[in-house]
This record gives sequence, structure tokens and C-alpha cells, in this order.
Amino acid sequence: MNDTELSRKAFLLREQAAGLIYRGKSGHIGSDFSVMDILVTLFYLHLNVSPAQQTDPSRDRFILSKGHTAEALYCILCDKGFFPKEELETFCQFGSKYTGHPNKNINGVEINSGSLGHGLPVGVGMALAGRMQGQPYRVYVVMGDGELAEGSVWEGAMAASHFKLDNLIVIIDRNRLQISGTTESVMNPGDLRSRFESFGWQVWECPGNRIDALDQTISEAKASVGAPALVIANTIKGYGYSAAENQAKWHHKVPSEEEYQQILEELKERRAMIE
Amino acid sequence: MNTIPNRRAICETLMEKAGQDKTIVVLCSDSRGSASLEPFAQAYPQQFVEVGIAEQDLVSIAAGMASCGLKPFAASPACFLSTRSLEQIKVDVAYSQNNVKLIGISGGISYGPLGMTHHSTQDIACIASIPGMRVYLPSDRHQTKCLMEALVADDSPAYLRVGRNPVEDVYTSGQCNFVMDKATVLQQGKDITIIACGEMVREAQKAGEILKQKGISARVLDMYCVKPIDRQAVLDAARETGSILTVEEHSAFGGMGSIVSQIVSTCCPVPVVNMALPDQPAIAGTSRQVFDYYGLNASGIAENAERMIKSSGKIYPEH
Ligand SMILES: [Mg+2]
Repeated sequence: MNDTELSRKAFLLREQAAGLIYRGKSGHIGSDFSVMDILVTLFYLHLNVSPAQQTDPSRDRFILSKGHTAEALYCILCDKGFFPKEELETFCQFGSKYTGHPNKNINGVEINSGSLGHGLPVGVGMALAGRMQGQPYRVYVVMGDGELAEGSVWEGAMAASHFKLDNLIVIIDRNRLQISGTTESVMNPGDLRSRFESFGWQVWECPGNRIDALDQTISEAKASVGAPALVIANTIKGYGYSAAENQAKWHHKVPSEEEYQQILEELKERRAMIE
Repeated sequence: MNTIPNRRAICETLMEKAGQDKTIVVLCSDSRGSASLEPFAQAYPQQFVEVGIAEQDLVSIAAGMASCGLKPFAASPACFLSTRSLEQIKVDVAYSQNNVKLIGISGGISYGPLGMTHHSTQDIACIASIPGMRVYLPSDRHQTKCLMEALVADDSPAYLRVGRNPVEDVYTSGQCNFVMDKATVLQQGKDITIIACGEMVREAQKAGEILKQKGISARVLDMYCVKPIDRQAVLDAARETGSILTVEEHSAFGGMGSIVSQIVSTCCPVPVVNMALPDQPAIAGTSRQVFDYYGLNASGIAENAERMIKSSGKIYPEH
């Protein structure tokens, strides 16, 4: 699929994620819409993963450190054939394995996440294991920007450069919002580029809701040698539904019937506008 | 008296196995010296990872490695490993089903004079309460070796706590009667059962001898497997000896004694008394001084056992 088709797919997947949240009465819609293009770029253009490769030791490893965007991940894994749609429809219902944060009982999920600040250090372990075993895989970690206040992120960042893990790529969904407001007002993450560079990382930055830009930037980041790579993907929280865009209150709002219909309509319109 | 601490037995086992099994990896948090793992780091540099003073990182990195087919053994002082990294143990190791073996060194009040920052007297409570985590407190170097061999061979996560200092042998080499997840009977008896774990086992063993001289027949169990605990051994003790005294280097809240008490009160109610550390920062001192101060020694155990027998188990009437 080319970038245009994938951009359309990303809107279609947003519709599906909104449906899961609406029917499951739970989820993080603003965050899902923010991160969707990053996940689509990774899963359809970069990650060497598939239902047939789930136990292949050479497969790429993906960690959704911002586990609250599980709906976005589930819709992609389902689309890629990791599990049937009917199963996913149990999302957040009694007894379902499709919980509001990813867990390994779900095909395609490599690590349980949901508590923030764990993904990067776990990714360091996976990248080290890959190197020790001579495996060619890369480890991709997607983090949020509110998550950067967790101290464990910086323990992992220090270790990743200490071990010169150029098989580790971290993408920050930089939407500048978290549940209580702007990241700058809640706990200012500062100049991320210089902070990570000072930790010994190679840093790239790109528009985070554009598949073509993400694709190109991730390709460049993959070529990093001797240092871990960071992509700061500048996103818009709630991207695709204008009433939710840049609104912290849509972080985990469950849409009403009326809002849900508006969401679907707008996503369809936006999808149709892509040429 | 034995001069080899249990932690050294851990290093020896890992070094024996790491030659053939290249998936064995040891991780330390600036703790290779205190964990006696320097020889491993020297002999197997490709299988050794130093993460610096970052215990959360230690556990997460180990979990990531385990998820990619390695067998990590992460060693750090029990005080930091069990509480600072507790969430990483819960999420990255246990919930994510990653085969990480956590080695808590200098456990309990081993670092006696250093203050409560360095004491781990709640590690059993914290870690045993996590679904999927096992908790082991071996008593001496020989049992530690048997346990380590079993842990190297299995594929699910566990926490193992050892003390800092050499402890008197409970067993002799090759004579541990070790069966994984089964208590070891150190002395048969019918009047009362003393159940101990970790460094308290040798004291319990001695208490059994003191009692024997007084004509009291005490059963003594080494419950190194705190979780999964040997339920059958506990129930047999309750049914056959009528009262149980537990002894541990841990808080009374949620330790081995709590687990024993739950089983007994549910299935076969008989008097149970828990000997443990008091609910306050432990007094400064060597392990011996601290244990003596709180009566966690052979004479203290024997005294309590005798009182329980004489009073039909009701030695703390105020409760
Ligand atoms: Mg954010």
C-alpha cells in the first residue's frame, strides 16, 4: 500500500477504534486518534511482523508503552489478521482478554503495558537480547509525551545509549497534551531533542499525522549507527475529529450516540478528501 | 563454622550452568560485588549485563531479555529489588509471564547497622501477593545450590532471597533431601511443629534439639518454599502435632507465618503463633545481635514452643 492508501486506512481504523470505544464504553479516543498514523506507518511499512511469524525469533519487536491506546493497536492487529473481528468485539466486556491495555494473551502483543514508563527499559532488554543472540530484529517503542515524566524512562534512555543500541527506535507521540492539560503546564518535558541528544541519542523530528513524513523519518532513524534513535512525531491529539482535536478532555471521553455519529461522518469525509 | 555465604552458592551454580547454556544471563545494578557475582562477570562477560544503580531498569531490562528467549538472573539488594522495582516485577515480569529469576541479596536485616533503607522485611508480603510470582528463602548454602539448580531448569519467574553473611550449615553437601516446593523435615515430632524459612531455619533446628533434651518432641520444617507453600506439610503439622510456631526474618504482616496461619485457620484450626520482626524499624546491629534482641534465636524459639505446649497454644492471652 502506498502512503495515500495508508492515510485512508488510518482514518478507517480510527472509525473502528471509535466503534470499539463507543460499544465497549471505555477507551482513550483522543490518544488513539493521535497515535494512529504512527502505528499504521510502523505496522504497514516497517515492522517485520505477521500472524505467521509470532514465534519467529527474528521478528521485529513492537512495544506500545502508551498502553492506553490499545484500541488503535487492536484494530491494526485485527486488520493484519492476528485475530478475528468478532473476538475483538468483546473489547472491555466481562471476561474479555481484549482489556483496555494490551496483554500478551492477545496475539501480536509482545509485552503487557498500561503502566507508563515501562516500555523503553523493556525495549532495551529486547534490543540487548537481539544483539547477544545475533538476531537482526529491531525493537520499536511508542511512548507518549506525558509519560516522559516517569523517571524509569530516563533510566532506560541512559542504558540505551550506554549499550549503543542502534537496533532500538523510540517514537514519541508528541501531542503536547495529557489528561490534566498541556504537557508544558503539567510537567514540562522541555526541549526533547536536546535532552535526548544529551543522553547520547540520535534524534529526528517530523509531522506525526502524516504517513509520508513518518515513513521517511523512520527510514532515516533505522539507519542510525552506534546510538539509539528517537523520532519526535508532532501529532494532534484527537486528530480526525475536529471537536476533539487538541482537547485534553477527549483523552478518554466515551462519545455519546450523537458524537459517535459525528465522528464517523467526519472521518469518512476526511478519508474521502485524501487524493 | 561455614564461611561461605549463600550468595556464593548462587554464583557457583550459575557458573556451572552458563558454560553449556548460553541463554543464561546475569544482570546486576552495581551489585556484582555484594552479590558475589564478580567471578561470573569475569568468566562470562558476554552473559553479564551491568545496568548501574537503577533497579527499575534492572527488572524491566531483564523482562525484555526473557521475552526474547534468554534466562535472566537479576541480582540486587533485596531491599531495593523488592520494593523499588515492585511495579516492574508485577507488570513486566509476572503479568507479562517473563522467566526472570530475581535474586534478592543481603535480605532481611542482613545490613543490620545500616538502617531501615537497607532492610527488606516486607519482600515476602510484596512479592508473594503478585499472581504468578514464587518466593523462596533457602536456609543454607547446600539448599541454595539445590534450589538454584531447580530454578535454572524451570521456565517461570521467581524471587529468591538470601542473606549477606555466611550461615551455619543446616544440611551437608548432597544430603539436602531437597524436593522442589516441598518443605524439608529436619526433625520429626508430635508435640508441636516449628516452621521456619531462610536464616531462621538453623535457629529452629537448634531449638528442636533444645526441646528434645527437655523431653518435648518438636517437628521442625524448613519451609524454603514460601510460595507456593507446601500446604500438605502445614496441614499434616496441624493435624498431627496440634500447634504450630512459625519463625521468619520478616514483618509479621503477610509473611510466611501469615500464609501458614491462613491455611491452618481455614482447613484445620489449631493454635498458631508467628515469630517475626516487630512493626517498627529494626534496631541497629549485626544479624546475631538483632535476632537475639528480638528473641529470634534458638532459645527464644524453644521458649515460645514450650509455653505454647504448656498453655495449649494460648501464649498471648491479651490477643
Ligand atoms: Mg500526550
